[in-house]
Amino acid sequence: MNAGLELAPGVAPTVALVGNPNCGKTALFNALTGSRQKVANYPGVTVEKKTGRLTTPAGRAVTVVDLPGTYSLRARSPDEEITRDVVLGKAKSEQAPDLVVCVGDASNLRLALRLVLELKHVGRPVMLVLNMMDIARRRGIEIDMAKLGGELGVPVVSSVAVRRGGTDQLLGEIDRALAGLPKIAPADWRPPGAGELRGAQREADRILRSALRGTGRPDSGTNRADAILLHPVAGLVILLAILFVMFQAVFAWARPLMDVISEGFTWLGVQVGEAAFLPDLLRSFLKDGVIAGVGSVIVFLPQIVILFFFILVLEDLGYMARAAFLMDKIMGGAGLHGRAFIPLLSSFACAIPGIMATRVIDDRRDRLTTILVAPLMTCSARIPVYTLIISAFIPDREVWGWVGLQGLVMFGLYATGIVGALAVSFVAKRLFWRTTAGEPFMLEMPGYKIPQLRSLALGVWARALAFLKRAGTTILSMMILIWVLASFPGAPEGATEPAITYSLAAMIGHAIEPITMPLGFNWQINVALIPGMAAREVAVGALGTIYAIDGGDGAAAKIGQVLAGQWSLATALALLAWYVFAPQCASTLAVIRRETGGWKWMWTTFGYMLALAYVAALATFQIARALGAG
Amino acid sequence: MHRAPKQPSPCCFLPLAGPPAKCYYEALAMPDTSALILATLALGEAAVGFRGRIVALDMSRAHAAGLPRSELERRLLELGFVEGADVELLHQGLFGGDPIAVRVADATIALRRREAMAIMVVGEEALP
Repeated sequence: MNAGLELAPGVAPTVALVGNPNCGKTALFNALTGSRQKVANYPGVTVEKKTGRLTTPAGRAVTVVDLPGTYSLRARSPDEEITRDVVLGKAKSEQAPDLVVCVGDASNLRLALRLVLELKHVGRPVMLVLNMMDIARRRGIEIDMAKLGGELGVPVVSSVAVRRGGTDQLLGEIDRALAGLPKIAPADWRPPGAGELRGAQREADRILRSALRGTGRPDSGTNRADAILLHPVAGLVILLAILFVMFQAVFAWARPLMDVISEGFTWLGVQVGEAAFLPDLLRSFLKDGVIAGVGSVIVFLPQIVILFFFILVLEDLGYMARAAFLMDKIMGGAGLHGRAFIPLLSSFACAIPGIMATRVIDDRRDRLTTILVAPLMTCSARIPVYTLIISAFIPDREVWGWVGLQGLVMFGLYATGIVGALAVSFVAKRLFWRTTAGEPFMLEMPGYKIPQLRSLALGVWARALAFLKRAGTTILSMMILIWVLASFPGAPEGATEPAITYSLAAMIGHAIEPITMPLGFNWQINVALIPGMAAREVAVGALGTIYAIDGGDGAAAKIGQVLAGQWSLATALALLAWYVFAPQCASTLAVIRRETGGWKWMWTTFGYMLALAYVAALATFQIARALGAG
Repeated sequence: MHRAPKQPSPCCFLPLAGPPAKCYYEALAMPDTSALILATLALGEAAVGFRGRIVALDMSRAHAAGLPRSELERRLLELGFVEGADVELLHQGLFGGDPIAVRVADATIALRRREAMAIMVVGEEALP
């Protein structure tokens, strides 16, 4: 009797990939499934669920599940709970795996072997894959795989996930294992105590010693790099330099591509504007609503791609854990956990993945503090707004001979967000928790690895697609709403003012003017801020729509010039200050509600951010005006 | 299969003052010579460049306030801090020399000094 026969016909057997963090599990998953993978969420929780399909050499269709990395089945975070439940066959939505494949970094097997010993208690067939075998060989590490398999009592194969054909041996072994699956035994796993962990690690160490041929050389490249990158002073300086270059690049490198996209949309708008066969209203809708609106957002695609490229490179390189190490004490002073650095850095791209990434923080209070401040990190959706205002109001010249003034202002806005976040967490820690002690900081620092172009491309592509999808859905519908508000009702007969002055948008904008007047915001800004609640970048498109209709042909392409003519410098600076703090993103608030399991933290976040934004914009406007910029 | 673990005897959990107990070295079958006792210190107080071997996890010495001691002990064990493992203190942070990066066998682990106070080590020069 074997389990392969127990499967209902048509149901593909499931193979679960389990392993320590940084063992190359995701690279292996990519190599096994290629583009035949999908990312979804486990029901009820927001843990990413990655499944893919592969066909074995024998023609067997197999479902592969990539589980979150863990050192133990003793789960401490929602991610690790998923791994435990799926492996134990307790996850309600999941078919229990027919085969558990434990992935281990061949040059760093100690902890993986202890995990294998633990996995043997789940009652399912287990296999060990020694991944990154090429790196291990280069370091002179030879492993007697037969001996290792014999001692562990599970099949052992090697793989090089990043090389073509590097997974052949693994695929063959999966075939063999699935053909002769032993009957699934009842799980006798229970959370190990300290004594059992000790015993298991000693046993794992003994097995490793018996199977190792050749002691291997230390990873000298990583050691040499760390001597500089983790140097107490030089390391911090380099980290700051990397961040500075990153933001300069986002601002400068994207420029030529952005110009091309912007010109493309202007050309498209002109074509539609000249299409005489279309009725006037439809022409205005397409040109001023759809093309000008969506175009003004899509133009920022190059910047978002560059930002994600940097973040993914740093992640794949293994630098993120170093950054957490360097920042732990500084962040700890503000009441944040060192591990919060990675979620907060991701929040520079978008607060949503950042908030979801806080799941790596085990302690609930540390996690809530991080979630609270994550939206203050300057996300990519703010870039369009910042870019527009900076290029309109800040002269494009160099200071100190080599630093662009515009880039410097951009850096200043990022810095303001960071300082704001540190200050808020400092206060939150004392206000909400009344404590300074927190979760211990413990993190493995992987060896440096050259990022694989293919996985970088896959990652950047997925993010770019998500952004474009947003531009096509949320942003497009918001643009249409703004256009409707700005176009109806039309100007009365014999009107002397531009048509938008009589529209619904103007009425709303005027209605809240008493509140925003002290900030220097005019009614056009008010109109743009309202849809900007749905997504920050919409405000740019909204301003374009409002001023395009207001100013006539050609204005949409040159929103910046129009703004420079219509706003004072004080107003522009106040709007920048507002955008550093304002809770202008409905999706972020929705994710906070979901991740914290209630409305309380969502409203707390909304309230404190709105208050900070108002105060910051008020102070900026009044001070700037007092200094003569009004 | 988990082998029957050797439970640390209660004498390992002594107050901070005084010389380390004999049982520190039992697990490693080391003689508790005075040279060894003198060379025993907490990893949390070691300097960069220190190389040695773990002789005990003494949770009574951990300064961690955010976590029950038994949980902290299990987390240290899961990251490979087990009696008998070789360690080297590779790097430390700028402020207060914290956190530290420690090589444990083949892995490099970052942790704070206050948790590393629980990891009792003997410098390599004193090892038999």
